[in-house]
Amino acid sequence: MDFSELIVILATAIATATPLVFASIGETIAERAGVINLSADGTILMAAMTGFAAALATNSVLVGFLAAALVGAAFALVIAFGAITLKQSQIAIGFVLALLGADLSSFLGNPVVLVPGPTVPAFNIPLLQDIPVLGRLLFQSDPLVYASYILIIVTWVFFYRTRPGLLLRSVGEQPAAAFARGANVVRLRYIYTLIGGALMGIAGAAFSLDFKAGWTNRSTAGYGWIALAIVIFGGWNPLRVAMGAYFFGILQSLASVAQSSIQSVPTQAFSVAPFVLMILVLVLTSGEWLDNLMSRLPLKVRRPILRAIRQPAPAALGKVFEQD
Amino acid sequence: MKEKSQSTSRALVFRPARGLTYQAGALLLSFLFITIIILLTGESPFRVVASLWDGAFGTTDQFARVFSTLTPLVLCSSGLIFTFTAGLYNLGVEGQIVAGAIAATFILREFQAVLPAPLVVAAGVIAGMLGGILWGLLAGVLKVFGKINEIFAGLGMNFVAQGLAIYLIFGPWKRPGIASMSGTEPFGESLWLGRFGQTDAAPVALIIAIVALALTIIIMRNTHFGLRLKAVGQNPRASFILGMPATRLLLSSFIICGAFAGLAGGLQVVGLFHRLVPSISSNLGYLALLVVMLISFNALWIAPVAFFFSALNVGSLQLPMVLRMESSLSGVIQGTLVLLALLARGFSERARKAAGGQ
Amino acid sequence: MNAQLNHIYKSFGAVQANVDVSLTVQSGAIHGLLGENGAGKSTLVKMLSGFITRDAGEILLDDKPAEVRTPADGIRAGVGMLHQDPLDFPPMTVLDNFVAGKAGGLFLNRRDAVQEFKILADQFNFALDVDEQMGNLTIGERQQLEILRLLSLGVSTLILDEPTTGISASQKTALFDALRKLAGQGKSIVFVSHKLEDVEELCNQVTVMRAGHVVGTVDIPCPTSTLVSMMFGRELAAPVKPPTCQADIAMRIQGLTIGDDRIDVQVADLTVRRGEVIGLAGLEGSGQRLFLLTCAGVLRPATGKLYIRDANGLCEMTGKPYHQYQTSGVGYLPADRLREGLIWGLSIQEHVVLRTSSSGLFIDREASRQVADQAIQKFNIRGKADTRVGQLSGGNQQRTQLALLPSPLNLVLLEHPTRGLDIESTIWVWQQLIERCRNGTSIIFASSDLDEIVQYSDRVIVFSGGKVSTPIETTALTAGKLGEMIGGKFGNNGNSAYAGVN
Repeated sequence: MDFSELIVILATAIATATPLVFASIGETIAERAGVINLSADGTILMAAMTGFAAALATNSVLVGFLAAALVGAAFALVIAFGAITLKQSQIAIGFVLALLGADLSSFLGNPVVLVPGPTVPAFNIPLLQDIPVLGRLLFQSDPLVYASYILIIVTWVFFYRTRPGLLLRSVGEQPAAAFARGANVVRLRYIYTLIGGALMGIAGAAFSLDFKAGWTNRSTAGYGWIALAIVIFGGWNPLRVAMGAYFFGILQSLASVAQSSIQSVPTQAFSVAPFVLMILVLVLTSGEWLDNLMSRLPLKVRRPILRAIRQPAPAALGKVFEQD
Repeated sequence: MKEKSQSTSRALVFRPARGLTYQAGALLLSFLFITIIILLTGESPFRVVASLWDGAFGTTDQFARVFSTLTPLVLCSSGLIFTFTAGLYNLGVEGQIVAGAIAATFILREFQAVLPAPLVVAAGVIAGMLGGILWGLLAGVLKVFGKINEIFAGLGMNFVAQGLAIYLIFGPWKRPGIASMSGTEPFGESLWLGRFGQTDAAPVALIIAIVALALTIIIMRNTHFGLRLKAVGQNPRASFILGMPATRLLLSSFIICGAFAGLAGGLQVVGLFHRLVPSISSNLGYLALLVVMLISFNALWIAPVAFFFSALNVGSLQLPMVLRMESSLSGVIQGTLVLLALLARGFSERARKAAGGQ
Repeated sequence: MNAQLNHIYKSFGAVQANVDVSLTVQSGAIHGLLGENGAGKSTLVKMLSGFITRDAGEILLDDKPAEVRTPADGIRAGVGMLHQDPLDFPPMTVLDNFVAGKAGGLFLNRRDAVQEFKILADQFNFALDVDEQMGNLTIGERQQLEILRLLSLGVSTLILDEPTTGISASQKTALFDALRKLAGQGKSIVFVSHKLEDVEELCNQVTVMRAGHVVGTVDIPCPTSTLVSMMFGRELAAPVKPPTCQADIAMRIQGLTIGDDRIDVQVADLTVRRGEVIGLAGLEGSGQRLFLLTCAGVLRPATGKLYIRDANGLCEMTGKPYHQYQTSGVGYLPADRLREGLIWGLSIQEHVVLRTSSSGLFIDREASRQVADQAIQKFNIRGKADTRVGQLSGGNQQRTQLALLPSPLNLVLLEHPTRGLDIESTIWVWQQLIERCRNGTSIIFASSDLDEIVQYSDRVIVFSGGKVSTPIETTALTAGKLGEMIGGKFGNNGNSAYAGVN
């Protein structure tokens, strides 16, 4: 494998990971506000189908993405209403929606299966594309991929450098304290759950209008679950989450390269990797053994190590906030 | 004081009735939603219902297939009763089926040439149970000792089991010639579980499922274990203060659910597919989760609801041929029913709270 | 800013937390709010800050009616509150905690925020590292940050709810200095506490609350005895407990240290005799619960030893698992019956079954039904065997808890045994308990009802903010002495406890 081949593989990996970036960043935003959107898999499928059908009907990719985002937000609204307003289990509602969305997308998407439709046009960014290596790697793709770069950076900046971002994190961490500081917890949770859902919807359209161009039943199946795993793997930090998505993309494209030469194991087997990594990360960061181990180190060394390894889940994740 | 007791007794009378109203409303809304969905495709709802009925009960073959779907569904639903009662979301049930199927296939492959066939089949089914237990226990250990959320651990392990199955089918256990999604080399007919005529239904498997269901009902209603599980699920802290061994109870519930799911997986191998296929679990573990959520963890309702869901699954299979309609309609109906039932529960609790109850 | 509360009402369900409460805090004053647990102090100040909404009444700030319905309203109107349990974000940095919720531009400006923080912190000599993680700070430091944050929001009325629990002596000094300085700048301070010493040292004026009502407002200085009688209201009831104490030892403690993230409790040597009743007095959260949980085997002490008598004589139980305490005849009755003691959705009969050590697999319905019916009759529970405990009244829940205690019972630990019960039930519960004492059971109970402590204890131990007194014979107690000790003024008793005599 020479160098230019490697660049091609990496560029493919970035493209493969793009829908996953949208989905996992969307999930990160919702979870940072304290709401688990377990419906990711169904949301993505339903949005992919709707987005494709809408784009087909209007011959506009943009309308397709808009429709997909709306579907994603609608699914999120059901979860937000059930979990925040009705105080039912987020897990139960999200899980049912994950299955329902998948089935509904196959059922309603029947007429548009394998119909050719519009796709996101390729677009090389002038000047940037000529940068050696990086240009080929990052800037000879399409607008959606560039949008995902922006999303990652904007989300990170929003989380860690803006006031509303700080408040978002505090709502997921300790809603009572955020409330005492004047935050409207219920409203903020609704807003961020919907935004997260809309991003998941865009992830769906990213499949059907770009990377898998077209609709077949359950064509994105599994990606929603992978997005959930990647959020944990990435410790609810947008940069790390994106790294997790790209890491998965690299695994996938390596697998497809390997398959052409080894031909024994299909790529599906590689889809397991994010889940194995997720469980390992959970084992590594949840247990008390890490604290016990670390307590032997001096405080100065211990703190940065712990901070690097341990990315705790938002403390109020999945919990109902009772006012009064 | 007096007024308070009066209001609680009134709530007692009205509570189930009010809940029932909401559930009926949910059912009605579900029908409305499903009708609209069907109308959207330009098909008549009546023709769809007729076709579903015909697809499930039209021929002996189809009727038998309902029972072959019912078997794993009842087993997994019964298992989930234990974990839900203990307050656990065992989403890993799907992987526990797969693990059971892998274990059963392993035994069948290893011993088919060595031991008499009935013994191999029995050993395979038992191995399936052990495989499911292993997978369930792993999630349990992660939960109890690693403090890792059973939902994510279970989901992750589903995919690991699925990946393992695919790896085996395409790798070490591939068919002579070309490996494919059609699964491993089928076992000889001597290793098949006895069937009802030439249909898909294996009476022994069904009997095992019925026994498992009966055991579940009996354990939940009549044993100390069932009662303690309920206690731990409802209030872990008070159960600890009252002296329940919480860790042991939680792990037991994982083991039982894993055993039932693994049994289902083993029976899928010896009773239905006669080989390991990638879709060996057919998403029945996830469907079982829907069943148990719909019936609010009351084991008595498993049989009718699981039967209804199985009939829907089988009945919808011929929709593509007959009406050129996707068979996933069954999933749409099941999902809609459960989703609206969950929301209705939320509404009725809210109404109760607003009325000044607990 | 003057803050005025007029005719405030608030109830939670059937409980009336505030009844026609009025309070005026002058600008530049440090106003103490004194009272027992459940007197309604916290409820009142939470309404002033907007954290909970009032049912009726009005709030005037600088004599103008103020619409304070949410904390956001409160902050806007210049009212800030330091909550008893720190309301902050432990995994975030000090600086993030300082900034979260503050108004300003879209982007965070670290340099400005650090500067603002440093200027404020220097004013009060609070030494906090802006990049430290909140979770690594002591309670006192978290409080300091919260005060700085509220000041940076420009509050002119500052409420502090029990700020001196869990902080060190030097932190307390720094806190008081800061509060005096703030009052000097014209801010009004509301200081909620149950500690007489702190209130006397710091406040200009004190309002005492009792059972949701205002008892009165006095200027400081004022004799401690006046404050005590305002807080506790009356002469104490007379002891009614017959002697049940036997000669042999039921439990022995050697220098226990117990702690959680809020307080450390040190209990010197203590010997309890069979049939003896020991009452733990003090305001909630002063360490009684930790002590009871340790005696019950639920918590493990950091240091010290614990011996309990069972059938084999006095055995060391330190570090043994909880179920071993149960087999040794130790019972524990938590105060929060539905959260810790009973399981809401299960019936009385099912609780009976849970308690029976089962040898068989199946539940013997007939037998357990009989046991349940007997218990219902003997303990006079208003309910049937198949009634869910969640549907019983508080008194009947407590009767059920008592009925579920194992037999034989060597030692029983009770938290607020008669809280929420009517007089008839209270008397009845104690009759049952004293009956147990006659048969050799020792009782240690915590209560915030001083009458109950005095009526039924042989000896009393007073807890105040982690300080623990030596046991005092009930006959030697007076209302004033007890009140002073609960308020943290231990005199000689406290010191001797620390010295480990007795």
